[in-house]
Amino acid sequence: MTDARTFSSPLDLQSVRADFPILSRELAGGFPLVYLDSANSSQKPRQVVQAIEDHYLIHNANVARAMHQLGAEATAAYEGGRDKVAAFIGAPSRDEIVFTKNASEALNLAAHTLGASLKPGDVVVVSEMEHHSNIVPWQLACERTGATLKWFGVTEDGRLDLSNIEELLTENTKVVALTWVSNALGTINPITDIAAKAHAVGATVVVDASQAVPQFPVDVSTLGADLLVFTGHKVVGPTGVGVLWGRYELLASLPPFLGGGEMIEVVRMTGSTYAAPPARFEAGTPPIAQAVGLGAAVDYLSGIGMDKIAAHEHAIVEYALEGLKTVPGLKLLGPTDATDHGGAISFALEGVHPHDVSTVLDTRGIAVRAGHHCARPVHERFGMQSSTRASFYLYTTPQEIEALVDGLGFVRSYFKRA
Amino acid sequence: MQLDSLYQEIILDHYRTPHHAGLAEPYDVEVHHVNPSCGDEVTLRVELDGDTVKAVTHDSVGCSISQAATSVMSDLVIGKPVAEGMATYEKFLELMQGRGNVEPDEEVLEDGVAFAGVAQFPARVKCALLGWSAWRDATAQALAANQGVSNA
Repeated sequence: MTDARTFSSPLDLQSVRADFPILSRELAGGFPLVYLDSANSSQKPRQVVQAIEDHYLIHNANVARAMHQLGAEATAAYEGGRDKVAAFIGAPSRDEIVFTKNASEALNLAAHTLGASLKPGDVVVVSEMEHHSNIVPWQLACERTGATLKWFGVTEDGRLDLSNIEELLTENTKVVALTWVSNALGTINPITDIAAKAHAVGATVVVDASQAVPQFPVDVSTLGADLLVFTGHKVVGPTGVGVLWGRYELLASLPPFLGGGEMIEVVRMTGSTYAAPPARFEAGTPPIAQAVGLGAAVDYLSGIGMDKIAAHEHAIVEYALEGLKTVPGLKLLGPTDATDHGGAISFALEGVHPHDVSTVLDTRGIAVRAGHHCARPVHERFGMQSSTRASFYLYTTPQEIEALVDGLGFVRSYFKRA
Repeated sequence: MQLDSLYQEIILDHYRTPHHAGLAEPYDVEVHHVNPSCGDEVTLRVELDGDTVKAVTHDSVGCSISQAATSVMSDLVIGKPVAEGMATYEKFLELMQGRGNVEPDEEVLEDGVAFAGVAQFPARVKCALLGWSAWRDATAQALAANQGVSNA
Protein backbone atom coordinates (compact mmCIF):
# COMPACT_ATOMS: atom_id res chain seq x y z
CA MET A 1 0.00 0.00 0.00
CA THR A 2 0.99 3.58 -0.59
CA ASP A 3 1.70 5.51 2.59
CA ALA A 4 -1.29 7.49 3.76
CA ARG A 5 -0.83 11.16 2.97
CA THR A 6 -2.60 14.20 4.29
CA PHE A 7 -5.88 15.08 2.65
CA SER A 8 -8.39 17.67 3.60
CA SER A 9 -11.76 18.37 1.97
CA PRO A 10 -14.68 20.55 3.06
CA LEU A 11 -17.11 17.79 2.07
CA ASP A 12 -18.50 15.06 4.31
CA LEU A 13 -17.70 12.33 1.82
CA GLN A 14 -19.51 9.61 3.71
CA SER A 15 -22.80 11.49 3.59
CA VAL A 16 -22.31 12.57 -0.04
CA ARG A 17 -21.59 8.98 -1.07
CA ALA A 18 -24.69 7.75 0.75
CA ASP A 19 -26.74 9.69 -1.84
CA PHE A 20 -25.18 7.65 -4.68
CA PRO A 21 -26.22 3.98 -4.26
CA ILE A 22 -24.10 2.87 -7.23
CA LEU A 23 -20.93 3.80 -5.33
CA SER A 24 -21.57 0.97 -2.85
CA ARG A 25 -21.65 -1.61 -5.63
CA GLU A 26 -19.38 -4.58 -5.66
CA LEU A 27 -17.99 -5.64 -9.03
CA ALA A 28 -16.71 -8.97 -10.36
CA GLY A 29 -14.21 -10.61 -8.05
CA GLY A 30 -15.65 -8.89 -4.99
CA PHE A 31 -13.89 -5.58 -5.70
CA PRO A 32 -15.72 -2.44 -4.60
CA LEU A 33 -16.43 -0.01 -7.45
CA VAL A 34 -13.81 2.74 -7.75
CA TYR A 35 -15.45 5.10 -10.21
CA LEU A 36 -12.84 7.40 -11.74
CA ASP A 37 -14.67 8.25 -14.96
CA SER A 38 -16.86 11.20 -13.95
CA ALA A 39 -15.55 13.47 -16.71
CA ASN A 40 -17.09 10.93 -19.05
CA SER A 41 -20.37 10.74 -17.14
CA SER A 42 -21.09 11.45 -13.50
CA GLN A 43 -23.08 9.21 -11.19
CA LYS A 44 -26.57 10.24 -10.07
CA PRO A 45 -27.84 10.84 -6.54
CA ARG A 46 -31.18 9.42 -5.35
CA GLN A 47 -32.64 12.94 -5.33
CA VAL A 48 -32.25 13.25 -9.11
CA VAL A 49 -33.60 9.79 -9.89
CA GLN A 50 -36.51 10.43 -7.50
CA ALA A 51 -37.39 13.71 -9.22
CA ILE A 52 -37.47 11.99 -12.62
CA GLU A 53 -39.52 9.12 -11.23
CA ASP A 54 -42.02 11.49 -9.59
CA HIS A 55 -42.35 13.40 -12.81
CA TYR A 56 -43.09 10.33 -14.89
CA LEU A 57 -45.33 8.63 -12.31
CA ILE A 58 -47.32 11.65 -11.14
CA HIS A 59 -47.07 14.70 -13.43
CA ASN A 60 -46.32 13.35 -16.92
CA ALA A 61 -47.78 15.09 -19.98
CA ASN A 62 -46.46 17.15 -22.86
CA VAL A 63 -45.50 20.76 -22.18
CA ALA A 64 -46.92 24.05 -23.40
CA ARG A 65 -49.32 22.61 -25.98
CA ALA A 66 -51.20 20.39 -23.49
CA MET A 67 -53.98 22.54 -22.05
CA HIS A 68 -55.11 20.21 -19.26
CA GLN A 69 -54.05 20.11 -15.60
CA LEU A 70 -51.24 17.60 -16.14
CA GLY A 71 -50.03 19.67 -19.08
CA ALA A 72 -49.84 22.65 -16.76
CA GLU A 73 -47.94 20.63 -14.15
CA ALA A 74 -45.51 19.24 -16.71
CA THR A 75 -44.97 22.72 -18.14
CA ALA A 76 -44.35 24.14 -14.68
CA ALA A 77 -41.87 21.35 -13.94
CA TYR A 78 -40.02 21.80 -17.24
CA GLU A 79 -39.90 25.58 -16.94
CA GLY A 80 -38.91 25.14 -13.29
CA GLY A 81 -35.85 23.26 -14.57
CA ARG A 82 -35.05 26.28 -16.72
CA ASP A 83 -35.31 28.62 -13.70
CA LYS A 84 -33.02 26.42 -11.65
CA VAL A 85 -30.40 26.14 -14.39
CA ALA A 86 -30.54 29.92 -14.98
CA ALA A 87 -29.94 30.57 -11.29
CA PHE A 88 -27.20 27.93 -11.10
CA ILE A 89 -25.03 29.61 -13.75
CA GLY A 90 -25.95 33.20 -12.93
CA ALA A 91 -27.94 33.86 -16.10
CA PRO A 92 -29.58 37.31 -15.92
CA SER A 93 -32.76 35.92 -17.50
CA ARG A 94 -34.46 32.51 -17.67
CA ASP A 95 -35.09 33.17 -21.37
CA GLU A 96 -31.36 32.85 -21.96
CA ILE A 97 -31.45 29.10 -21.20
CA VAL A 98 -32.07 26.79 -24.16
CA PHE A 99 -32.47 23.05 -23.55
CA THR A 100 -30.82 20.81 -26.14
CA LYS A 101 -30.22 17.08 -26.12
CA ASN A 102 -26.57 17.40 -25.08
CA ALA A 103 -23.54 19.72 -25.26
CA SER A 104 -22.70 18.52 -28.79
CA GLU A 105 -26.11 19.57 -30.04
CA ALA A 106 -25.72 22.93 -28.28
CA LEU A 107 -22.36 23.47 -30.02
CA ASN A 108 -23.87 22.45 -33.36
CA LEU A 109 -26.67 24.94 -32.72
CA ALA A 110 -24.06 27.64 -32.09
CA ALA A 111 -22.04 26.69 -35.19
CA HIS A 112 -25.12 26.59 -37.42
CA THR A 113 -26.71 29.83 -36.25
CA LEU A 114 -23.51 31.86 -35.95
CA GLY A 115 -22.29 30.15 -39.11
CA ALA A 116 -25.28 31.51 -41.04
CA SER A 117 -23.55 34.90 -41.30
CA LEU A 118 -20.02 33.62 -41.99
CA LYS A 119 -18.50 34.28 -45.41
CA PRO A 120 -15.16 33.73 -47.19
CA GLY A 121 -12.41 35.71 -45.48
CA ASP A 122 -14.00 35.31 -42.04
CA VAL A 123 -12.07 33.41 -39.41
CA VAL A 124 -13.26 31.02 -36.70
CA VAL A 125 -10.75 30.33 -33.91
CA VAL A 126 -10.76 27.17 -31.77
CA SER A 127 -7.92 25.43 -29.94
CA GLU A 128 -5.89 22.26 -30.27
CA MET A 129 -7.18 21.03 -26.89
CA GLU A 130 -10.87 21.02 -27.86
CA HIS A 131 -13.16 18.03 -27.61
CA HIS A 132 -14.13 16.86 -31.11
CA SER A 133 -17.57 18.38 -30.53
CA ASN A 134 -16.02 21.86 -30.45
CA ILE A 135 -13.91 21.23 -33.57
CA VAL A 136 -16.04 19.32 -36.07
CA PRO A 137 -19.16 21.61 -36.02
CA TRP A 138 -16.85 24.58 -36.79
CA GLN A 139 -15.03 22.66 -39.52
CA LEU A 140 -18.41 21.94 -41.07
CA ALA A 141 -19.51 25.58 -40.71
CA CYS A 142 -16.29 26.71 -42.42
CA GLU A 143 -16.80 24.18 -45.22
CA ARG A 144 -20.34 25.46 -45.76
CA THR A 145 -19.43 29.14 -45.80
CA GLY A 146 -15.84 29.37 -47.04
CA ALA A 147 -14.66 30.81 -43.72
CA THR A 148 -11.25 29.75 -42.39
CA LEU A 149 -10.65 27.72 -39.24
CA LYS A 150 -7.61 28.65 -37.13
CA TRP A 151 -6.58 27.47 -33.70
CA PHE A 152 -4.59 28.18 -30.59
CA GLY A 153 -1.83 25.63 -30.04
CA VAL A 154 -0.97 24.00 -26.73
CA THR A 155 2.28 24.58 -24.84
CA GLU A 156 4.59 21.80 -23.71
CA ASP A 157 3.12 22.00 -20.18
CA GLY A 158 -0.43 21.65 -21.47
CA ARG A 159 -1.57 25.27 -21.35
CA LEU A 160 -3.18 27.23 -24.15
CA ASP A 161 -0.43 28.82 -26.28
CA LEU A 162 -1.45 32.49 -26.40
CA SER A 163 1.83 33.72 -27.91
CA ASN A 164 0.23 34.34 -31.32
CA ILE A 165 -3.10 35.66 -30.03
CA GLU A 166 -2.61 38.93 -31.95
CA GLU A 167 -2.37 36.99 -35.22
CA LEU A 168 -5.39 34.85 -34.43
CA LEU A 169 -7.67 37.62 -33.21
CA THR A 170 -8.08 40.16 -35.99
CA GLU A 171 -10.99 42.09 -37.44
CA ASN A 172 -11.66 39.03 -39.63
CA THR A 173 -12.20 36.84 -36.56
CA LYS A 174 -15.94 36.33 -36.13
CA VAL A 175 -16.10 33.48 -33.64
CA VAL A 176 -13.77 32.27 -30.88
CA ALA A 177 -14.89 28.87 -29.53
CA LEU A 178 -12.91 27.52 -26.60
CA THR A 179 -13.15 24.92 -23.92
CA TRP A 180 -13.07 26.29 -20.37
CA VAL A 181 -11.64 23.08 -18.89
CA SER A 182 -9.92 20.54 -21.14
CA ASN A 183 -11.48 17.09 -20.85
CA ALA A 184 -8.16 15.47 -21.74
CA LEU A 185 -5.52 17.67 -20.10
CA GLY A 186 -7.55 19.05 -17.22
CA THR A 187 -6.26 22.55 -18.05
CA ILE A 188 -8.45 25.45 -16.93
CA ASN A 189 -8.25 28.21 -19.55
CA PRO A 190 -8.33 31.99 -18.86
CA ILE A 191 -11.66 32.54 -20.62
CA THR A 192 -12.33 36.05 -19.32
CA ASP A 193 -8.98 37.43 -20.57
CA ILE A 194 -9.33 35.82 -23.99
CA ALA A 195 -12.97 36.89 -24.28
CA ALA A 196 -12.01 40.53 -23.66
CA LYS A 197 -9.46 40.36 -26.48
CA ALA A 198 -11.95 38.59 -28.75
CA HIS A 199 -14.61 41.21 -28.07
CA ALA A 200 -12.10 43.96 -28.82
CA VAL A 201 -12.00 42.71 -32.44
CA GLY A 202 -15.76 42.15 -32.55
CA ALA A 203 -15.77 38.36 -32.33
CA THR A 204 -18.45 36.28 -30.62
CA VAL A 205 -17.16 34.05 -27.81
CA VAL A 206 -18.49 30.50 -27.45
CA VAL A 207 -17.43 28.53 -24.37
CA ASP A 208 -17.59 24.77 -23.99
CA ALA A 209 -18.19 24.51 -20.24
CA SER A 210 -18.95 20.78 -20.20
CA GLN A 211 -16.11 20.10 -17.75
CA ALA A 212 -16.37 23.46 -15.96
CA VAL A 213 -19.99 23.70 -14.79
CA PRO A 214 -19.72 20.38 -12.91
CA GLN A 215 -16.62 21.47 -11.06
CA PHE A 216 -16.74 25.07 -9.87
CA PRO A 217 -19.15 27.99 -9.43
CA VAL A 218 -20.03 29.57 -12.78
CA ASP A 219 -21.36 33.08 -13.28
CA VAL A 220 -22.09 33.75 -16.94
CA SER A 221 -22.94 37.38 -16.16
CA THR A 222 -19.27 38.14 -15.48
CA LEU A 223 -17.49 35.44 -17.51
CA GLY A 224 -17.30 37.29 -20.81
CA ALA A 225 -18.78 34.50 -22.93
CA ASP A 226 -21.56 35.21 -25.41
CA LEU A 227 -22.68 31.60 -25.67
CA LEU A 228 -21.88 28.78 -23.27
CA VAL A 229 -22.78 25.10 -23.36
CA PHE A 230 -22.76 22.19 -20.94
CA THR A 231 -24.46 18.84 -20.52
CA GLY A 232 -26.76 17.40 -17.88
CA HIS A 233 -25.20 14.01 -17.36
CA LYS A 234 -21.86 15.42 -16.19
CA VAL A 235 -23.52 17.48 -13.42
CA VAL A 236 -25.12 14.48 -11.67
CA GLY A 237 -28.15 14.93 -13.94
CA PRO A 238 -29.65 12.60 -16.55
CA THR A 239 -28.50 11.97 -20.11
CA GLY A 240 -30.56 13.45 -22.93
CA VAL A 241 -30.44 17.08 -21.86
CA GLY A 242 -27.87 19.75 -22.59
CA VAL A 243 -27.86 23.49 -22.08
CA LEU A 244 -27.07 26.42 -24.32
CA TRP A 245 -26.86 29.72 -22.50
CA GLY A 246 -26.65 32.87 -24.58
CA ARG A 247 -26.82 36.62 -24.06
CA TYR A 248 -30.42 37.41 -24.84
CA GLU A 249 -29.77 40.04 -27.51
CA LEU A 250 -27.45 37.63 -29.29
CA LEU A 251 -29.94 34.74 -29.12
CA ALA A 252 -32.67 37.07 -30.39
CA SER A 253 -30.51 37.95 -33.40
CA LEU A 254 -29.80 34.34 -34.38
CA PRO A 255 -31.80 32.36 -36.94
CA PRO A 256 -33.53 29.10 -35.95
CA PHE A 257 -31.55 25.86 -35.85
CA LEU A 258 -34.06 23.00 -36.09
CA GLY A 259 -37.55 23.63 -37.44
CA GLY A 260 -40.71 22.16 -35.94
CA GLY A 261 -43.38 22.55 -33.33
CA GLU A 262 -43.16 25.25 -30.65
CA MET A 263 -40.31 27.14 -32.32
CA ILE A 264 -42.71 29.10 -34.52
CA GLU A 265 -44.81 32.20 -34.28
CA VAL A 266 -47.03 31.92 -37.37
CA VAL A 267 -46.74 29.21 -40.01
CA ARG A 268 -48.14 29.86 -43.48
CA MET A 269 -47.49 27.72 -46.53
CA THR A 270 -45.67 30.68 -48.02
CA GLY A 271 -43.33 31.11 -45.05
CA SER A 272 -43.16 31.25 -41.27
CA THR A 273 -42.10 33.56 -38.49
CA TYR A 274 -40.31 32.32 -35.45
CA ALA A 275 -40.82 32.42 -31.71
CA ALA A 276 -38.57 34.44 -29.43
CA PRO A 277 -35.75 32.66 -27.57
CA PRO A 278 -35.60 30.19 -25.94
CA ALA A 279 -38.58 28.60 -27.75
CA ARG A 280 -37.05 29.46 -31.14
CA PHE A 281 -34.33 26.87 -30.47
CA GLU A 282 -36.50 24.16 -28.90
CA ALA A 283 -38.31 22.54 -31.82
CA GLY A 284 -40.46 19.54 -31.02
CA THR A 285 -41.22 17.93 -27.67
CA PRO A 286 -38.25 18.82 -25.48
CA PRO A 287 -36.45 16.57 -22.97
CA ILE A 288 -39.08 17.23 -20.28
CA ALA A 289 -38.27 14.67 -17.59
CA GLN A 290 -34.58 15.26 -18.26
CA ALA A 291 -34.93 18.99 -17.65
CA VAL A 292 -36.76 18.19 -14.42
CA GLY A 293 -33.91 15.85 -13.46
CA LEU A 294 -31.35 18.48 -14.38
CA GLY A 295 -33.16 20.97 -12.16
CA ALA A 296 -32.96 18.49 -9.29
CA ALA A 297 -29.28 17.93 -10.07
CA VAL A 298 -28.30 21.59 -9.88
CA ASP A 299 -30.39 21.93 -6.71
CA TYR A 300 -28.44 19.02 -5.28
CA LEU A 301 -25.08 20.57 -6.18
CA SER A 302 -26.15 23.99 -4.88
CA GLY A 303 -27.30 22.37 -1.64
CA ILE A 304 -23.79 21.00 -1.12
CA GLY A 305 -22.21 24.20 -2.40
CA MET A 306 -20.25 24.60 -5.63
CA ASP A 307 -17.47 26.39 -3.76
CA LYS A 308 -17.04 23.33 -1.54
CA ILE A 309 -17.18 20.99 -4.53
CA ALA A 310 -14.49 23.09 -6.24
CA ALA A 311 -12.30 22.94 -3.12
CA HIS A 312 -12.79 19.18 -2.93
CA GLU A 313 -11.92 18.72 -6.61
CA HIS A 314 -8.78 20.77 -6.13
CA ALA A 315 -7.73 18.73 -3.10
CA ILE A 316 -8.37 15.44 -4.91
CA VAL A 317 -6.48 16.57 -8.01
CA GLU A 318 -3.53 17.64 -5.89
CA TYR A 319 -3.61 14.33 -4.04
CA ALA A 320 -3.89 12.35 -7.27
CA LEU A 321 -1.07 14.22 -9.00
CA GLU A 322 1.21 13.54 -6.01
CA GLY A 323 0.25 9.88 -6.02
CA LEU A 324 0.62 9.40 -9.76
CA LYS A 325 4.07 10.97 -9.71
CA THR A 326 5.21 8.07 -7.49
CA VAL A 327 4.36 5.50 -10.18
CA PRO A 328 7.55 4.61 -12.09
CA GLY A 329 7.32 5.06 -15.86
CA LEU A 330 4.17 7.21 -15.65
CA LYS A 331 4.06 10.33 -17.82
CA LEU A 332 1.41 12.95 -17.13
CA LEU A 333 -0.32 14.57 -20.09
CA GLY A 334 -0.99 18.24 -19.41
CA PRO A 335 -0.26 20.40 -16.37
CA THR A 336 1.62 18.54 -13.65
CA ASP A 337 0.56 20.74 -10.75
CA ALA A 338 -2.90 21.40 -9.38
CA THR A 339 -2.96 25.12 -10.25
CA ASP A 340 -5.76 25.79 -12.74
CA HIS A 341 -6.19 22.04 -13.12
CA GLY A 342 -9.66 20.57 -13.48
CA GLY A 343 -10.73 17.17 -12.18
CA ALA A 344 -9.33 15.00 -14.96
CA ILE A 345 -5.79 13.66 -15.26
CA SER A 346 -4.54 11.80 -18.33
CA PHE A 347 -1.33 9.82 -18.39
CA ALA A 348 0.71 7.22 -20.22
CA LEU A 349 2.34 4.23 -18.57
CA GLU A 350 5.58 3.24 -20.26
CA GLY A 351 5.33 -0.01 -22.20
CA VAL A 352 1.65 -0.66 -21.52
CA HIS A 353 -1.08 0.48 -23.90
CA PRO A 354 -3.93 2.50 -22.28
CA HIS A 355 -6.50 -0.17 -23.19
CA ASP A 356 -4.46 -2.73 -21.36
CA VAL A 357 -4.05 -0.37 -18.39
CA SER A 358 -7.78 0.16 -18.32
CA THR A 359 -8.66 -3.53 -18.63
CA VAL A 360 -6.28 -4.54 -15.83
CA LEU A 361 -7.62 -1.77 -13.58
CA ASP A 362 -11.16 -2.82 -14.47
CA THR A 363 -10.56 -6.33 -13.17
CA ARG A 364 -9.81 -4.64 -9.82
CA GLY A 365 -13.06 -2.64 -9.92
CA ILE A 366 -11.38 0.60 -11.01
CA ALA A 367 -13.21 2.39 -13.84
CA VAL A 368 -11.07 4.78 -15.90
CA ARG A 369 -11.23 5.87 -19.52
CA ALA A 370 -8.71 4.80 -22.15
CA GLY A 371 -8.38 6.18 -25.65
CA HIS A 372 -8.18 9.66 -27.12
CA HIS A 373 -11.15 10.92 -25.05
CA CYS A 374 -12.65 12.56 -28.17
CA ALA A 375 -9.60 14.84 -28.22
CA ARG A 376 -7.36 13.27 -30.84
CA PRO A 377 -5.57 16.49 -31.91
CA VAL A 378 -4.19 17.19 -28.44
CA HIS A 379 -2.90 13.61 -28.19
CA GLU A 380 -1.22 14.05 -31.55
CA ARG A 381 0.29 17.30 -30.22
CA PHE A 382 2.04 15.29 -27.53
CA GLY A 383 3.00 12.48 -29.90
CA MET A 384 0.57 10.06 -28.28
CA GLN A 385 -2.06 7.92 -29.87
CA SER A 386 -4.11 7.60 -26.72
CA SER A 387 -3.91 7.85 -22.96
CA THR A 388 -5.52 6.65 -19.76
CA ARG A 389 -7.66 9.18 -17.92
CA ALA A 390 -8.77 9.23 -14.30
CA SER A 391 -11.41 11.82 -13.44
CA PHE A 392 -12.96 12.80 -10.18
CA TYR A 393 -16.04 14.35 -8.65
CA LEU A 394 -17.60 15.36 -5.37
CA TYR A 395 -17.83 11.74 -4.24
CA THR A 396 -14.21 10.75 -5.02
CA THR A 397 -12.24 9.70 -1.94
CA PRO A 398 -8.48 9.72 -1.28
CA GLN A 399 -8.79 5.95 -0.73
CA GLU A 400 -9.95 5.63 -4.34
CA ILE A 401 -6.87 7.53 -5.47
CA GLU A 402 -4.74 5.10 -3.43
CA ALA A 403 -6.54 2.22 -5.14
CA LEU A 404 -5.65 3.75 -8.52
CA VAL A 405 -1.99 4.25 -7.62
CA ASP A 406 -1.74 0.71 -6.23
CA GLY A 407 -3.60 -0.60 -9.28
CA LEU A 408 -1.11 1.06 -11.61
CA GLY A 409 1.71 -0.59 -9.70
CA PHE A 410 -0.03 -3.88 -10.29
CA VAL A 411 -0.44 -3.10 -14.01
CA ARG A 412 3.29 -2.50 -14.28
CA SER A 413 4.24 -5.69 -12.49
CA TYR A 414 1.68 -7.70 -14.47
CA PHE A 415 3.07 -6.67 -17.82
CA LYS A 416 6.66 -6.94 -16.65
CA ARG A 417 6.05 -10.47 -15.45
CA ALA A 418 4.06 -11.37 -18.51
CA MET B 1 -13.02 -11.63 -14.87
CA GLN B 2 -9.83 -13.62 -15.14
CA LEU B 3 -6.98 -11.42 -16.28
CA ASP B 4 -4.77 -14.35 -17.25
CA SER B 5 -7.51 -15.76 -19.48
CA LEU B 6 -7.38 -12.49 -21.44
CA TYR B 7 -3.63 -11.99 -21.51
CA GLN B 8 -2.52 -15.45 -22.61
CA GLU B 9 1.23 -15.91 -22.99
CA ILE B 10 0.72 -16.45 -26.74
CA ILE B 11 -0.97 -13.05 -27.04
CA LEU B 12 1.80 -11.27 -25.16
CA ASP B 13 4.42 -13.02 -27.33
CA HIS B 14 2.73 -11.82 -30.51
CA TYR B 15 2.37 -8.34 -28.98
CA ARG B 16 6.08 -8.12 -28.19
CA THR B 17 7.23 -9.57 -31.52
CA PRO B 18 4.42 -9.21 -34.04
CA HIS B 19 4.73 -11.40 -37.15
CA HIS B 20 4.74 -9.75 -40.60
CA ALA B 21 5.06 -6.29 -39.05
CA GLY B 22 6.52 -3.54 -41.22
CA LEU B 23 4.99 -2.61 -44.55
CA ALA B 24 6.61 -4.43 -47.47
CA GLU B 25 6.71 -4.14 -51.25
CA PRO B 26 5.26 -5.25 -53.55
CA TYR B 27 1.57 -5.17 -52.70
CA ASP B 28 -1.77 -4.94 -54.47
CA VAL B 29 -3.78 -2.87 -52.01
CA GLU B 30 -3.03 -0.86 -48.87
CA VAL B 31 -5.77 0.06 -46.40
CA HIS B 32 -5.83 2.09 -43.21
CA HIS B 33 -8.38 1.11 -40.61
CA VAL B 34 -9.09 2.85 -37.33
CA ASN B 35 -11.14 2.09 -34.32
CA PRO B 36 -12.65 5.56 -33.86
CA SER B 37 -13.83 5.03 -30.31
CA CYS B 38 -10.36 4.22 -28.98
CA GLY B 39 -7.93 5.39 -31.64
CA ASP B 40 -6.27 2.10 -32.56
CA GLU B 41 -4.95 2.26 -36.12
CA VAL B 42 -3.64 -0.32 -38.56
CA THR B 43 -2.15 0.14 -42.01
CA LEU B 44 -2.18 -3.16 -43.87
CA ARG B 45 -0.97 -4.34 -47.27
CA VAL B 46 -2.15 -7.38 -49.16
CA GLU B 47 -0.63 -9.09 -52.16
CA LEU B 48 -2.61 -11.82 -53.89
CA ASP B 49 -1.42 -14.47 -56.29
CA GLY B 50 -4.62 -15.37 -58.11
CA ASP B 51 -6.95 -16.49 -55.34
CA THR B 52 -4.16 -17.10 -52.87
CA VAL B 53 -2.97 -14.68 -50.21
CA LYS B 54 0.69 -14.26 -51.09
CA ALA B 55 1.64 -11.63 -48.52
CA VAL B 56 0.20 -9.56 -45.70
CA THR B 57 2.22 -6.90 -43.91
CA HIS B 58 1.09 -4.32 -41.39
CA ASP B 59 2.07 -1.34 -39.33
CA SER B 60 -0.12 -0.58 -36.36
CA VAL B 61 -0.48 1.41 -33.21
CA GLY B 62 -2.72 -0.05 -30.56
CA CYS B 63 -3.15 -2.24 -27.55
CA SER B 64 -1.75 -5.70 -26.96
CA ILE B 65 -4.94 -7.38 -28.11
CA SER B 66 -5.24 -5.53 -31.43
CA GLN B 67 -1.54 -5.89 -32.24
CA ALA B 68 -1.41 -9.57 -31.33
CA ALA B 69 -4.64 -10.31 -33.21
CA THR B 70 -3.26 -8.68 -36.37
CA SER B 71 -0.08 -10.73 -36.02
CA VAL B 72 -1.98 -14.02 -35.57
CA MET B 73 -4.36 -13.13 -38.40
CA SER B 74 -1.42 -12.62 -40.77
CA ASP B 75 -0.04 -16.06 -39.89
CA LEU B 76 -3.44 -17.63 -40.46
CA VAL B 77 -4.15 -16.21 -43.92
CA ILE B 78 -0.75 -16.03 -45.63
CA GLY B 79 -0.30 -18.81 -48.17
CA LYS B 80 -3.95 -19.82 -47.97
CA PRO B 81 -6.71 -19.41 -50.54
CA VAL B 82 -8.75 -16.24 -49.89
CA ALA B 83 -11.89 -18.32 -49.30
CA GLU B 84 -10.13 -20.27 -46.55
CA GLY B 85 -8.95 -17.04 -44.91
CA MET B 86 -12.50 -15.68 -44.99
CA ALA B 87 -13.79 -18.94 -43.45
CA THR B 88 -11.17 -18.64 -40.71
CA TYR B 89 -12.40 -15.10 -40.05
CA GLU B 90 -15.95 -16.42 -39.64
CA LYS B 91 -14.69 -18.93 -37.07
CA PHE B 92 -12.76 -16.23 -35.25
CA LEU B 93 -15.76 -13.89 -35.28
CA GLU B 94 -17.98 -16.65 -33.91
CA LEU B 95 -15.46 -17.17 -31.09
CA MET B 96 -15.30 -13.42 -30.34
CA GLN B 97 -19.06 -13.04 -30.25
CA GLY B 98 -19.58 -16.20 -28.22
CA ARG B 99 -19.32 -14.55 -24.80
CA GLY B 100 -17.08 -17.41 -23.74
CA ASN B 101 -19.57 -20.14 -24.74
CA VAL B 102 -17.91 -21.15 -28.00
CA GLU B 103 -15.30 -23.92 -27.98
CA PRO B 104 -12.45 -22.69 -30.22
CA ASP B 105 -11.34 -24.95 -33.07
CA GLU B 106 -7.57 -25.15 -32.77
CA GLU B 107 -7.27 -26.91 -36.14
CA VAL B 108 -8.57 -23.78 -37.84
CA LEU B 109 -7.61 -20.96 -35.49
CA GLU B 110 -4.17 -22.17 -34.32
CA ASP B 111 -2.72 -19.37 -32.11
CA GLY B 112 -6.07 -17.62 -32.51
CA VAL B 113 -7.53 -19.89 -29.81
CA ALA B 114 -5.61 -17.79 -27.30
CA PHE B 115 -8.16 -15.03 -27.91
CA ALA B 116 -11.01 -17.12 -26.44
CA GLY B 117 -10.70 -15.12 -23.23
CA VAL B 118 -11.24 -11.83 -25.07
CA ALA B 119 -14.85 -12.85 -25.67
CA GLN B 120 -15.48 -12.32 -21.95
CA PHE B 121 -14.34 -8.70 -22.20
CA PRO B 122 -16.94 -7.19 -24.57
CA ALA B 123 -15.12 -3.84 -24.70
CA ARG B 124 -12.04 -5.56 -26.14
CA VAL B 125 -13.67 -7.63 -28.89
CA LYS B 126 -13.37 -4.76 -31.37
CA CYS B 127 -9.62 -4.64 -30.64
CA ALA B 128 -9.26 -8.27 -31.71
CA LEU B 129 -11.22 -7.66 -34.93
CA LEU B 130 -9.45 -4.53 -36.20
CA GLY B 131 -6.69 -6.34 -38.16
CA TRP B 132 -9.19 -8.79 -39.57
CA SER B 133 -11.44 -6.01 -40.85
CA ALA B 134 -8.45 -4.37 -42.53
CA TRP B 135 -7.42 -7.64 -44.17
CA ARG B 136 -10.94 -8.41 -45.40
CA ASP B 137 -11.28 -4.92 -46.86
CA ALA B 138 -7.86 -4.98 -48.57
CA THR B 139 -8.43 -8.48 -49.93
CA ALA B 140 -11.88 -7.64 -51.29
CA GLN B 141 -10.41 -4.60 -53.03
CA ALA B 142 -7.52 -6.64 -54.45
CA LEU B 143 -9.90 -9.32 -55.75
CA ALA B 144 -12.10 -6.69 -57.37
CA ALA B 145 -9.06 -5.05 -58.99
CA ASN B 146 -7.79 -8.40 -60.30
CA GLN B 147 -11.26 -9.17 -61.63
CA GLY B 148 -11.20 -5.88 -63.50
CA VAL B 149 -7.84 -6.80 -65.06
CA SER B 150 -8.88 -10.29 -66.13
CA ASN B 151 -12.14 -8.99 -67.61
CA ALA B 152 -10.36 -6.30 -69.57
